[in-house]
Amino acid sequence: MAVDAQGRPRHEEARAPVLELRDLSIRFGGLRVIENLHLEVQRGEILGVLGPNGAGKSTLFNLIAGVLAPTAGAIFFGGRNITTMNVWSRRRIGIGRTYQIPKPFAHMSVFENVLVAAAHGGGRAIRLSRAEAMDVLEATGLADRMTSMAGQLSLLDLKRLELARAIAGRPDLLLLDEIAGGLTEAECDDLLALLKKISDHGATIVWVEHVLHALKRAASRLAVLYSGSIIAEGAPEDILADDRVREIYLGA
Amino acid sequence: MTGRNQFMTGLAITRFALVAIILALAAGPWLFDLNQQTLLTEFFTLLVLALMWNLLAGYADIITVGQHAFVGVGAYAFYGLAVLADVDIFLAIPMAALTTLLVAIPTMAIIFRLRTAYLAVGTWVAAEVMMLIAGKLPGFGGGSGTSLPIPVVKAFGATLSGRVSTFYAMSFALALLAFGTTWIFLRSRVGLGLTAMRDNEEAAGAAGVDLVMTRIVCFLWTAPFLGLAGVLVTLQKLRVAPSASFSITDWTIYIIFIVVIGGIGSLEGPVIGTILFFLLRGYLAAYGTWYLIILGAVSIGVILAEPRGIWGACRRWGIPDLAPASHGPKP
Repeated sequence: MAVDAQGRPRHEEARAPVLELRDLSIRFGGLRVIENLHLEVQRGEILGVLGPNGAGKSTLFNLIAGVLAPTAGAIFFGGRNITTMNVWSRRRIGIGRTYQIPKPFAHMSVFENVLVAAAHGGGRAIRLSRAEAMDVLEATGLADRMTSMAGQLSLLDLKRLELARAIAGRPDLLLLDEIAGGLTEAECDDLLALLKKISDHGATIVWVEHVLHALKRAASRLAVLYSGSIIAEGAPEDILADDRVREIYLGA
Repeated sequence: MTGRNQFMTGLAITRFALVAIILALAAGPWLFDLNQQTLLTEFFTLLVLALMWNLLAGYADIITVGQHAFVGVGAYAFYGLAVLADVDIFLAIPMAALTTLLVAIPTMAIIFRLRTAYLAVGTWVAAEVMMLIAGKLPGFGGGSGTSLPIPVVKAFGATLSGRVSTFYAMSFALALLAFGTTWIFLRSRVGLGLTAMRDNEEAAGAAGVDLVMTRIVCFLWTAPFLGLAGVLVTLQKLRVAPSASFSITDWTIYIIFIVVIGGIGSLEGPVIGTILFFLLRGYLAAYGTWYLIILGAVSIGVILAEPRGIWGACRRWGIPDLAPASHGPKP
């Protein structure tokens, strides 16, 4: 039987979810921010994550990306246990993320910002990363701002830059943290078209978003995070019609 | 667009002038008298130290206040090799750099367990320990140090003027080497990641930059240059002594002043800072203690007004880097 590098049968890897969180918990002092969270994300899906402020959405991303270490539980990526892996190694094996509050390399050009991710995140030499960086800048609508210093961008362009850096190097899993806020309808359409394209290329997307109409159009599945646990998950129309979800999330 | 064209012309003229200055400095022994050459030798030595501290503190966020440790190690290694072990002096110089690198490895293993302010204190303690050890080493004259023997000194030139010119040429070459290779380093893949770390460490990690390996490369990069600066210091003073070779004031405190004022996190900043430091020192030398007080006041003023120093202010006004280590879409 064919086996992969970890010695598991190959068919097992193919069947395994891209991302699996097993009984994940994290406490800050006495505060339980994520508690016994279980989540599986299948290859190629776009999972929307909803939840009121303070539900633990950003903490969840920081756990998946490796910024925070869980108090208990485990994280599997492509069938591999990555619970103790550092941030940059997770990026290199294919987990890209954006920050809700943009963190640009302010004194580097927009092109260089993306080049860092294409070269380091993609694990390639600089000379082999330039074309990739250009493609990403075209795709995210930043090509004409390429030579600007990132610190001089508008908030909208900074959010585009966050997305550009996250998708450079073509990660298998993309963690998007509120990237649709403040977009016009046309810009939102462009964003959704881009995400569809990324998804069609085989990437899996987990998207935390307050802009419900965007999430509803893009997501193949929704999960609702409340007080550190997932209280509902399923098809977008079912979730948004759920009374419990409407009550805690929409306040209606 | 004419405004921009004028701007680009101005930039080209500035760069041309800089190249002309560098060429003039290369002809230093024929252009400058001995006092000027001695002053410039010291200038180049401090410039090397400033470039290295800037790389550590300004890019890798390794705020060391123990930089003088490796200057002292380089000085003592050179003395030990050239005088005590009787190694050929021009072989002793690169070997002193290598010794500094070898000492830097275990030092790094200890201080990299610390971060931020603790790391700063840790580097200081490490430097003090090395200074104390230097004072205990047999053959180095103990706490009061010892002079270079005449034959070793004469190997750099039979006459005083010959030696001054040799030291000038060596320090100029080291400054060029330090600036040039650091520029190439910053343009490398590791350097690109390092520059990203300078701007936002967390985002650099999230973009795939190996924060630990980059810090290690950076720290080990600076060690041989600091050691070579230590050799030059020894040649200028013609002696090694714990307090002088491991001087925290001369090789760390002044250097922090230079980099902070000139512009931390750029290649231009340390150069501007070193020039300003020598100008201030020259004009304020007559005022004794006031010199240090004014130096301190100027650095606090600059930090409050512009934390990224003079070159940081220039960048905010839209002046592009004179020695950009940046990458464009075309190779």
